[in-house]
Amino acid sequence: MANHVGTEHTTHTGEIPKPNTGWIWKTFFILVGITALEFVFVFLMDPSTLRNSIFIILTIFKAFYIVAEFMHLKHEVKALIWTILVPMALLVWLLIALITEGSYQNSFWNVFN
Amino acid sequence: MSTISTTQPLTSADAADRPRSGNWDGGNEPLKASYGKLMMWFFLLSDAFTFAAFLTTYGLIRHRYPAFDAAAGKAFEFTTAYWPIPDKVFNAFPGLHGMDVPLGFVALMTMILIFSSVTMVLAVEAGHRMDKKDVQKWLLWTILFGATFLASQAWEWSHFIKGTETGTKMLDGTTVYGANLAVNQYGPVLFADLFFFITGFHGTHVFSGVCLLVWSFIATTNGTFEKRGHYEMVEKIGLYWHFVDLVWVFVFTFFYLV
Repeated sequence: MANHVGTEHTTHTGEIPKPNTGWIWKTFFILVGITALEFVFVFLMDPSTLRNSIFIILTIFKAFYIVAEFMHLKHEVKALIWTILVPMALLVWLLIALITEGSYQNSFWNVFN
Repeated sequence: MSTISTTQPLTSADAADRPRSGNWDGGNEPLKASYGKLMMWFFLLSDAFTFAAFLTTYGLIRHRYPAFDAAAGKAFEFTTAYWPIPDKVFNAFPGLHGMDVPLGFVALMTMILIFSSVTMVLAVEAGHRMDKKDVQKWLLWTILFGATFLASQAWEWSHFIKGTETGTKMLDGTTVYGANLAVNQYGPVLFADLFFFITGFHGTHVFSGVCLLVWSFIATTNGTFEKRGHYEMVEKIGLYWHFVDLVWVFVFTFFYLV
């Protein structure tokens, strides 16, 4: 898996090497499978916090496969991986803070309306 | 500046004077990525912040509104009193008029975008092998899927704007059909506003991506990258394209599923 990309494939003899695409299709089937699973939950489970948590976890799985494999981040150096991932922690904080804020405003819904 | 003599043992002062050659001391690439790729990564990071701001706004506003309560005994209806359930709003499918296909069309759009991501990686992979024909082939497929996604979104928008046949009777007695930035038959006006802004901003990204892909297809055909000796430009556009797919994964979850 680790050596599926790189300039080592480049030849100077004009000969084109065979494609190495197994890992691409494997990632594709994982993404399709997770999406199908999400739809199973949409139709077989009533909306609840648990269902939403399942969706968010499955979304993070999908995001992992897209970023790690398709965008190749998994195979970059550690410093680059952390440079991209660490700022994301701010977004998680922002999301939790503002959703809490929204729920708080909702508790005054009847006062506002 | 001192020159280091080989006849004398190194003192600690000599060692301090020598140019440092560590990973972060300059003169090399500590992140082992080209300038162009790094800049694409940092652009995507900033873009992720923009999209996250949109989705967080959605979360904030949605939680501010009451949710539909199935236990209260009343069936779901379009009303400004609570936030709509997405699978009741997005249940239309082209050619299946009047049928209830909850999230069916969105599922199709999601599959199209994931598949376009696959053809994009295949183009990048072909570029590593300097296989011009394969790069062209997979770029064309990616353009095709990207354009199909845009067309699907156009249909989704026009359906959303046009509204249902019966419309929704508002509290003031008027009947509203469809939605725009000022009125919305599906629920609170902000629901429509967020729909237009979030899917619109994502669609704009897809459109820019298709433009970049068309350009890189022309450049590939003209042999620009072959002469350059590498297809890194395809790789950079690929990063952008996967990011657009990634954003859709989140939009799909937070707008349509949750």
